[in-house]
Amino acid sequence: MPFEELSHTADWSLRVWAEDLPHLFMEAAKGMNALAGIRLAKKPRVRRSFSASAPDAENLLVSFLSELVYFTEQDHLAFDDFDLSIEIEDDQPYRLSATLCGAPILSLDKAIKAVTYHNLQIRQTTRGVEVEVVFDV
Amino acid sequence: MINLQDLAKINDYEWEIPQSFRGDMRGPVRIFSTRKLLEQILGDKSLEQAVNASTLPGLVGAVVVMPDMHQGYGFPIGGVAATLFPQGAVSPGAIGYDINCGVRLLASSIELEAALPHLDSLATLLDHYCPSGVGVKGVVHVNVPELEHLMLAGSNWALKKGYANENDISRTEENGCLEGANPDKVSDRAKARGLAQIGSVGAGNHFVEVDVVDAVLDLETATAFGLRQGCLVVQIHCGSRGLGHQVCTDYVQDFQSTVLRYGIELPDRELVCVPMDSPEGKAYLGAMRAAANFAFVNRQLLAYSARRAFEETFAGKLKNWHLTQVYDICHNIGKVETHQVGENRIKVCVHRKGATRAFGPGTPGLPPEYQQTGQPVLVPGSMGTASWVLAGTETSMLRSWGSSCHGAGRTMSRTKAKHEIRGEDLRRTLEARGIKVRAGSLSGLAEEAPSAYKDVDEVVETVVAAGIAHKVARLRPLAVVKG
Repeated sequence: MPFEELSHTADWSLRVWAEDLPHLFMEAAKGMNALAGIRLAKKPRVRRSFSASAPDAENLLVSFLSELVYFTEQDHLAFDDFDLSIEIEDDQPYRLSATLCGAPILSLDKAIKAVTYHNLQIRQTTRGVEVEVVFDV
Repeated sequence: MINLQDLAKINDYEWEIPQSFRGDMRGPVRIFSTRKLLEQILGDKSLEQAVNASTLPGLVGAVVVMPDMHQGYGFPIGGVAATLFPQGAVSPGAIGYDINCGVRLLASSIELEAALPHLDSLATLLDHYCPSGVGVKGVVHVNVPELEHLMLAGSNWALKKGYANENDISRTEENGCLEGANPDKVSDRAKARGLAQIGSVGAGNHFVEVDVVDAVLDLETATAFGLRQGCLVVQIHCGSRGLGHQVCTDYVQDFQSTVLRYGIELPDRELVCVPMDSPEGKAYLGAMRAAANFAFVNRQLLAYSARRAFEETFAGKLKNWHLTQVYDICHNIGKVETHQVGENRIKVCVHRKGATRAFGPGTPGLPPEYQQTGQPVLVPGSMGTASWVLAGTETSMLRSWGSSCHGAGRTMSRTKAKHEIRGEDLRRTLEARGIKVRAGSLSGLAEEAPSAYKDVDEVVETVVAAGIAHKVARLRPLAVVKG
């Protein structure tokens, strides 16, 4: 698994790494599901689309993960399969387009309530790109 | 990394990181702590976060941190920062995601001996009437216009609907309604999260707990607060649920670009802020106050639910089973208040994140019966340990922006707690001590184990020795309902 839980006194923190930005977003979503202990029903499979733009990759990551938090809380849905692309344009540098495939949540251990910007910085590393995300729980 | 040698000792209970510690600080950091608690505090990044908080534009005086402080994100839990009103900064992250998370205390004249045979069924009824846990819906159903109305009216909405009495309102901070709320500045998404959850406890460290008044340390003040030794009380700890989280999420995200327009540079993006008198600042303040009013109503509805459980348990068995409100306080909030700074009275926005307002005797805004005593300061302990009722002091008005501690404060990460403590073992230990436990999640229970927290007695001794609160009564847990 290209993510690991980091120690945090009051909340939850996750380090995620991947070969490129789209995969980093997907692994962050999977890591978030793992942290929350989400178990999905086998059926019905559901599909949702999501698009967003942001001035930088960190903002885009918070938007994406916050959308998943909302789906979990409001619709009791979570996603385990992603078709996701990120384009970088001149006027609004980062643009995300994603198809999310998942299912209703059978059970979860803990609710993630928000995604924070605390020390949020996507870095280039030897294994591609890496980020640490702190969640409010 | 901050070390003990970076701190100047003022006395045994007060320390300071001087403004000269880092070039971008706009004021010092004042720490209320013993040397022993300080060693725990230095074990995480809370002091670095307090130093970061001191860079907020318009900061007045010192950033103050309490002995229950611990690492948060952006702003430390247990922190208080005041910024000059109206041109100073307001920072959503310095108020927190759970806007107006707080504690309500209800007192009774039910004696422990009479209650003991019924505690089990009381715990079950509280669990039934006070929905808790992940994804659980609230006790009332409202539509969007009604939700917007209650975000404007706060606890007065509950009064009109029959969920509150006049005493509840007057014994709630700000009478249960922050002026200046603007539901139009709350996103549809936040409203959707609120609609489903109004009147619910939630999960995490939130709870409904029945305690007994175990010791009275100041009889006169305890009597004024309605607390009687050996009698049952109820604590309700929760906030604005998903609605508040979404408001904070929306504005922290929006301000990432706005902050650049105002030329504000900060060491942590989570501290993002804007001037209070800017259009963006006014919008956030309106939305934050709306979320705070939602939280007041949420705790009021849970108080109503607790009263139902008490009535069903004790009616016909006891003459008086009624629960009377002692007080309801916020510990995640931004409030415009007037404070004495040197020779001047100055209007500031006090950001309290994991800190309780602790107004002393004679402070405007307190109910008449608390004018002589100072306001009740409610300090819940960790699960299974004592909680405290304190009173605000004149010193707190001068030294800590009228604030005090809000709990025991975590010292062990949730991950470590989950690995070291089994929820089932903890439940058995608590039950063996006579504490009834109703918990939706055993792993969630383990995360909130007493050993994951500091010693609340030590935290309380520190604020009392520092003079920013004084002891009124100690509470011992009897039954706890958690998500």
